[in-house]
This record gives sequence, C-alpha cells and structure tokens, in this order.
Amino acid sequence: MRVALFLTCFNDTLFPEVGKAVVTVLERLGCEVDFPLEQTCCGQMHLNTGYGSEAAKLATRFTGVFAPYDMIVTPSGSCAGTVREGYPTLLGLQGPPVHEFTEFLVDVLGVTDVGANFPHRVTYHPTCHSLRALKVGDRPYRLLREVRGIDLVELPAAAECCGFGGTFSVKNPDVSTAMLGDKIRHVLDTGAEVLTAVDTSCLMHIGGGLGHQRAGVRAVHIAEILAAR
Amino acid sequence: MTDHPTRTTALPWPRRHSTPFPQAAKIKLADTQLRRNLRKATTTIRAKRAAVVGELPDWEELREAARATKAATLRELDVHLLRLEESVTAAGGKVHWARDGAEANAMVAAIARGHGVDEVVKIKSLTTDEIDLNVALAEQGITAWETDLAELIVQLGHDESSHILVPAIHKNRSEIQQIFTDSGLDPASDSPADLAGAARRYLRERFLRAKVGVSGANFAIADTGSVVVVESEGNGRMCLTLPEVLVTVMGIEKVLPTWQDLEVFLQVLPRSSTGERMNPYTSIWTGVAAGDGPQEFHLILLDNGRTRALADEIGRQALQCIRCSACLNVCPVYERVGGHAYGSVYPGPIGAIITPLLQGMHGSESLPYASSLCGACYEVCPVKIDIPTVLVHLRDESVQSHTRPTVNDVAFRSLAWIFGDRRRYEKAQQLGKLGTPFGSVFRPWSASRGPLAVAPQSFRAWWQENHR
Repeated sequence: MRVALFLTCFNDTLFPEVGKAVVTVLERLGCEVDFPLEQTCCGQMHLNTGYGSEAAKLATRFTGVFAPYDMIVTPSGSCAGTVREGYPTLLGLQGPPVHEFTEFLVDVLGVTDVGANFPHRVTYHPTCHSLRALKVGDRPYRLLREVRGIDLVELPAAAECCGFGGTFSVKNPDVSTAMLGDKIRHVLDTGAEVLTAVDTSCLMHIGGGLGHQRAGVRAVHIAEILAAR
Repeated sequence: MTDHPTRTTALPWPRRHSTPFPQAAKIKLADTQLRRNLRKATTTIRAKRAAVVGELPDWEELREAARATKAATLRELDVHLLRLEESVTAAGGKVHWARDGAEANAMVAAIARGHGVDEVVKIKSLTTDEIDLNVALAEQGITAWETDLAELIVQLGHDESSHILVPAIHKNRSEIQQIFTDSGLDPASDSPADLAGAARRYLRERFLRAKVGVSGANFAIADTGSVVVVESEGNGRMCLTLPEVLVTVMGIEKVLPTWQDLEVFLQVLPRSSTGERMNPYTSIWTGVAAGDGPQEFHLILLDNGRTRALADEIGRQALQCIRCSACLNVCPVYERVGGHAYGSVYPGPIGAIITPLLQGMHGSESLPYASSLCGACYEVCPVKIDIPTVLVHLRDESVQSHTRPTVNDVAFRSLAWIFGDRRRYEKAQQLGKLGTPFGSVFRPWSASRGPLAVAPQSFRAWWQENHR
C-alpha cells in the first residue's frame, strides 16, 4: 500500500526522529512510504491565531501538494484535525483525506501489535484535538498495550488540557504555565519514566516543563515507542 | 428608607475593565483564596453534572434536540417574537421593545416611577446585570434589592459577580459573614444555616414591602405568552408572586416557539447548571390573572447587540446559550482565573465569544484568545455551541480589527510567506532560521520550558540523503 507521509512543519524542523519512526513502522508493516517534498505547513497555527487568509493560502497549497494521494498519514492529531475539520468549517475548503497515525494503524492496516519492544514505564496523555476533535478514543492505548515489555500506567485527570494550545502558550503564558504545572504533577504521580502522546506539540510543552524541572521524565512521541525494537 | 446598597462609583475590579485578559489573568492567578475556591467549586459541580448526565441514556439526543430547536428559532426570530408579543398582550401583559440597555433601563425606571415607588425587588438576572439596571435605577433614586443569596452577597459587598451561576464563588463563608455584619445583617456565625437565616430575615422584609418586582427570563413561549424562570432558592417565587407589578427584562434570543419545547430544555438546563435532575422552583406565568399575583405585567424585549450577533453566520450559534454555565465549570482557564479576569458580565468560554459578538471587538480583542481551544466546553454545552470554532472565527475578526500591524502580525505573515514556497522553507530550515520566525512567534517560551531548538538535520534533508 502506498502512503504519503504528511509530517508537519514542526516535526520536519524540530523533531525529525518522529518522521523516521513513522517511516520505520509503516515500512515494517509493508507500506511503501512517499514523502512529497513540496509539503511545508497545513496552516494550523495561522488558522487558530486569526490569520485566516494566510491559512487559506497555505490550505489551498497543502491540498494541491497532497492531491495525488489516496492515503495520507500524519503523526499529528492537531494537524489532522485542522485538515479534516478546520478546513471545511472555517475556510470552506475540502482538504485531502488525512489519517492520524494511530487511526491509520488500527483502522486501515487493522493492526494493534506492530512488533515493538519498549521496556519502560509509560503514561499516555490524550491530546485535546485527538481526544475531542478526531475522537481517536482508545486506539493509542490498544497499540501501546501490545508493546513488549511496556509498563503502561494511566494518567490521572488525563483529559485535562496541558495548557499548550499553540499560540495560547505565548499569548497567555501565565495561565498556560499554571495548567502545565498540574499536568506535570499528574505525570510525576504515575512514576512513569516516559510520557507519550500523538502530538509533538503537547509533548514539547510538557516535556519542556519536565526538563526545566529536571524531573527525570522524558516525552516521546508514540511513533517512536512503536518503532522501538 | 434605609441604605442604598448599589454602588455608583468604580470598584477596584469593575466588571467591565479594560485590562487585557493576559494581564488580568496573571493578577488573578496569584489570588490563592480564589484559586482554592474555584478549584473546589468547579470540581464539585463537574462531578455532579457528570453523574446526572451519565444516568440519562438519551443525553446526546436531548442535546441535539435542544440545539436544533434553538437554531431553528433563531433563523425565524422575528416571527416568534411577534407571536410572543401577541400572546402576552392577549393574556393581559404589555410588551416593550428595547434597542439597547439605556432604553430598557429607562422603561423600567418609568414603570417604577409611574407607581410612585423608590425600591424594587429583583430576581437574579444576568440580562439586567448586562445593562447595569441597578446603577441606572440608583441614579433615579430607586433601590434595587437583589434577593438571590449570592447576588445579595455581591451587592452588599460592593463587588462584582464572577460566575454566571454562583456569582459569589470568589467569597468564602467567613468573608460572607463579614459582609453581612458590615451591612447590618446579624448572622450568629459563619455556618451556612446562620448565614441563610440572616439573609432570610433581611429579604423577607423587602419581599413583603416591595410593590414592584423585576426579573429576567430563562424562556418565553411564543404560542402562549408564558414566561419561565428556573431557580434554586425560592426568592424568584417571592418576587414573581408578591408584588403588584412585575417587570421582566428578557434578551430576544430566549423565545421558544411552543410549550412542548420546554420538555427538552427543562431536562438539559438543571443537569447542566447545578447538576440536579430538577431545580427546586420552576415558575411559569402567563400575562395577568385577576386577584392572583401581579396585576400588571411588563415584558421588555432586549436587543443590545443580539441582532448584531445574529448577523454573524458562524457567531450566531452563541445565541443558543441557555446560561447554564457548564462551560465555565469545565474550562481549565476559568478554573484558574475566575470570572473577573474576563472583564465582562459573561465570563468563561461563553463570555469569550458572546462579549465581542454583542458589543463588537473593540475592548474585547483579547477575549477570543483566552482559550487553549481544548474543546471541553463544546463537549458539555447542552445546546452544542461549537465554542472553539467561534473563538477561532473571532480571532480572525480580532486580527482584522488591527489598525496597524502588530509585532505578531508581522511574525505570522513572514512565517506564512516562508511556508508558501518549498525553497524558501528549506532555506530557512538550513540556515537554522526557521527557529527565528518560530522563535519570534514563540518568544515567551523559554520562561518555563527549555529552549526551542531547530534539529541539526531536518527530516526532509535526511529523507533526501537516505531514502530517495
């Protein structure tokens, strides 16, 4: 099966290892992965911050870049949500069909055991977009449970927002920090060594806070756990 | 006549302040008593709501029915309002149309003066708070006694409400005892029973004395001309039955077409607001009935920006709001800053959208950004207002209202320009410069998190080297 990888500007620029992990997992499961080099950004940041006309241009460009593909996968719940919901609702634009990574594995490839090995205590944070907009539900959990050696612990108050919210973290840094503090507290209460999620944006925020506190917990995208052998 | 409790001068925290939300929030975040009160109250109400909603097998169908009824009614608002006027008039009431708060306040004052009174008793009404009715009446020498316990606390404390449903959520029991004592009430202690007893004695005097009552309305039925007030304490029942004259100020969006429509709303409202299956007092009256209750009934239909909101295709869904406050109680932002930070009579998620929709973006520019777009509000809204979508829509309006480009405008537009072309984007990455526009957009980042670093090799560089 031929799959186009929509990596996101964030991952391409800041977290390339997430892209490498997605490619590893997809190829392990027999997919042929293509990475259309013309891709840049889906426009989420601009759309959500009030730059609708700039977002519309980026959205049109994005739609053109991915037009040749039937199967498009992204390791970002928020970007998938932007293309699937934001484009039609706010821009009146029908974007290409995009699958979030865990949705793709479970729904399209029909697998939950991807042959991963990750012997660490892990807790999972359900990001707001994936939880409420995409409704990925327990797909990430079903994938994580099959990982050999994993010690999966539930995160208390998991559905509470981590406080990132894209530019919210800079327009309202104090409230964002207050929300982050509670999220970090819940992560530390699990005793987990690793925090995971389907969005690097939230992971960057919570992981940044954990690092700043020298908490000894690292934030790892779910793709990297699933790629681990 | 005893003291006039209503202030006519500015407070340290006037409800409508011009401090942008981020700065107001920072101040409120440091109020440790407020933080504690809010966390306790919102956590408690969230659990209650979840329990009573969870026990209904058809909750989602009820929500959809509520949304659909409201949306359809708003599309033909003029038709329903005219029918309402006909029905109320036929039942012996009088209908007045107020373009704005000033007109509505003048109408209430004229009715009170016409009856030669210098005081009225009030049921809690956000709509009258919206138009500052109490202040307008005080300026005419008419005292408006708040009879809802929390509104009474706020009034006696010369304060402002901080929550749609529980206005005094920012006060604890001993603060309330102090406020009562300072106002001449005589609570023996700060126990709830003693505080309530003191309030009851104070209020009874006023209920029995007042000739004119003022209320808001939760709903009004176009078919029959019936007006509905839903409440917990019974003060509403007192104000609606004892006075000779009743004046109701109602936002035009509150009209419902038929009596049957109440079936849905009377289920979703109490469960969403106080987390109860049924609220203690539901009062419904139709015009006047000889010898029973008020002999004169006035319904003031208030626009005050509602038609402005109605004209906004994405924003108009905010008018579906039934003022339950479920969104406030689940909002992680509201939980940490409380209502005063929003600078509006309507705080929280609904306040962030309805305030700029009713009064325009000027003075409300920071409100659409007072959200991380987590969507918890949309999840609990009984009339399914897609608050995150309306917030994003209003952010666009906020940016468009800039008379000069801001630093952020420049940063975002340059970032969009970079993203508009593959070669520009790759060049920015290679020069480590994508960090710069990312960085200027994310400038306050490093204060509580580590620095944002561009990866030594981008994914696409790796891909082109290793995979192609």
